[in-house]
Amino acid sequence: MPATQLGQLSPVAIAFFFAFIGVTLGITYWAARKTKTTSEFYAAGGGISGFQNGLALAGDFMSAASFLGIAHLVATGGYDGLIYSVGYLVGWPIVMFLIAEPLRNLGKYTFADVVAYRLRQRPVKTMAAIGSITTVIIYLTAQMVGAGTLIKLMFGLEYETALLGVGVLMIAYVLFGGMLATTWVQIIKAVLLIGGATVLTLLVLNHFGWSYGNLFSSVRALPNGQDLLTPGHYKVATSGFDLVSLSLGLMFGTAGLPHILMRFYTVPNAREARKSVFVATGFIGYFYILTFTIGYGAAALVPAKYMAKVVPGTPGMGNNVAAPLLAEILGGGPFLGFLCAVAFATILAVVAGLTLAGASAISHDLYAGVVKGGVSDEKSEVRVAKTATVVLGVIAVLFGLLFKEVNVAFMVGLAFAVAASANFPALLLSVFWRKFTTQAAVASMIVGLLSAVILIVLSPTVWTDVFKLTSTPPIPLKNPAIISMPLSFLTAFVVSLLTRDDKADAAFEEQQMRATFGG
Amino acid sequence: MQHPSGKGAPPDPELMALVKRKAALSRTLTLIMFCTYFGFVALLAFAPDVLSARVGAATLGIPVGIGLIVLAWVLTGIYVRWANGAYDEVVARLKSK
Repeated sequence: MPATQLGQLSPVAIAFFFAFIGVTLGITYWAARKTKTTSEFYAAGGGISGFQNGLALAGDFMSAASFLGIAHLVATGGYDGLIYSVGYLVGWPIVMFLIAEPLRNLGKYTFADVVAYRLRQRPVKTMAAIGSITTVIIYLTAQMVGAGTLIKLMFGLEYETALLGVGVLMIAYVLFGGMLATTWVQIIKAVLLIGGATVLTLLVLNHFGWSYGNLFSSVRALPNGQDLLTPGHYKVATSGFDLVSLSLGLMFGTAGLPHILMRFYTVPNAREARKSVFVATGFIGYFYILTFTIGYGAAALVPAKYMAKVVPGTPGMGNNVAAPLLAEILGGGPFLGFLCAVAFATILAVVAGLTLAGASAISHDLYAGVVKGGVSDEKSEVRVAKTATVVLGVIAVLFGLLFKEVNVAFMVGLAFAVAASANFPALLLSVFWRKFTTQAAVASMIVGLLSAVILIVLSPTVWTDVFKLTSTPPIPLKNPAIISMPLSFLTAFVVSLLTRDDKADAAFEEQQMRATFGG
Repeated sequence: MQHPSGKGAPPDPELMALVKRKAALSRTLTLIMFCTYFGFVALLAFAPDVLSARVGAATLGIPVGIGLIVLAWVLTGIYVRWANGAYDEVVARLKSK
């Protein structure tokens, strides 16, 4: 393989990069004139179609970390990387069957609206907002660290410059264009990412004479070929039990991610909400199926020494480089440039969605719901939302700088675990369980949030890798969901049985009818 | 029909039957997804040899993984086809009654 152009600013990459920024800022300018009210800021006025929302959901969900990260995991660690490809997808049917319709029919702009529907507004909305903001900030920090590292790797920009650039752009999209601009950034990104991954897959298949037999034979012929094709070698988990825990967090985390849940308010009704989950599942599933070919293609074609850890004096370039190097080998410099621009677009679409979700939790749940008791005027709520957008953007950049060294995959895992343990149980039970009380909702969200965070601090990922402690970590699991999620449900049941909420009980029938048929 | 909130008039029995069918479908499909996925995870976690069986030049784990992704999509397809088709038609008919 000739010397790679990765890390140099190629003219093609710069052209795509500026084209993307130009188009998205143009859209933001257009969207800004249609973004005045709270409904327009949070939900694009509810005027997005099911198909558009499906694409936007895909753009909101598929992160650069999942694309480049999974391809790299498969190329270097083999089959176990694909556990993520399957795990990230299987949450979507859960969203469809249990969450999407009640969410759309009961809420206004955030999932906290749904949890608080028949419970007491102030305590429930406060806690749901804390769960949302925590999930958003952890996920946002992971994306920012990933963004800084990736942009440095791909364009050769300094980490700090890259972070600042991402921060300024994402604030601009959300601040001026609200949900409408965010939606279109996500749709464009989804099309670019799926298109780029498709071309890369076709190039791999073309190289192997359009035969998976040839591809897998080449992988099998590698020195570690047998290991690459069989599960159980790359340590995504410390034990079988831990693997089940990871899978639990992946499956139910999706149904508790505020930036995903929020997108269901952009469609006019439950019918379009269902359609959008079907479209999103199709596109995301298709994309994750491509990661199988891309990952194994990279294993077969990219020399392992380039994908090794960064050690001075060696050609290793660290995590995330498998797919870009594969693109360069098969498609040359221009295709590499295109793929770098796609990765950049991918990051921006996800961080914009996260920032908007965090800002909504602050302005809609905390300000309008808790401070103003549900009575606030449009103007001041939009003003709070916009201030929150800027504050969150600044926090994201600062945390990106502060947590530069922290492992990105671990933070994404933590975000999913918090979403699955703090947000999902309360959301599910508020919709389906008559006896669920205000106290139970608050307690289960606190327990879910704290247990997920504490367990991960006591786990090898923080105890050993972050704190560098030499003693055995108190918790042998890298993934907390198998403990924190049942703990949250258990708390909900016990507290519900110990307390009474007659108002919530009486409102259950009405809520159920509304959840099914809409208002 | 008034808004099916049950206020005043007793809820329409046909509507209630439909609501029950919808909940049953949701439960069944959720259960199918949960069991197949955690069946796969259990194999990965406790019997990885099963998925290491050779299939052509690849291993069984690869078609099974892709199969699960396709299954997830098909299940959402079954649901949306029924809910946006037959179910919505009946609801619309009952609402206009």
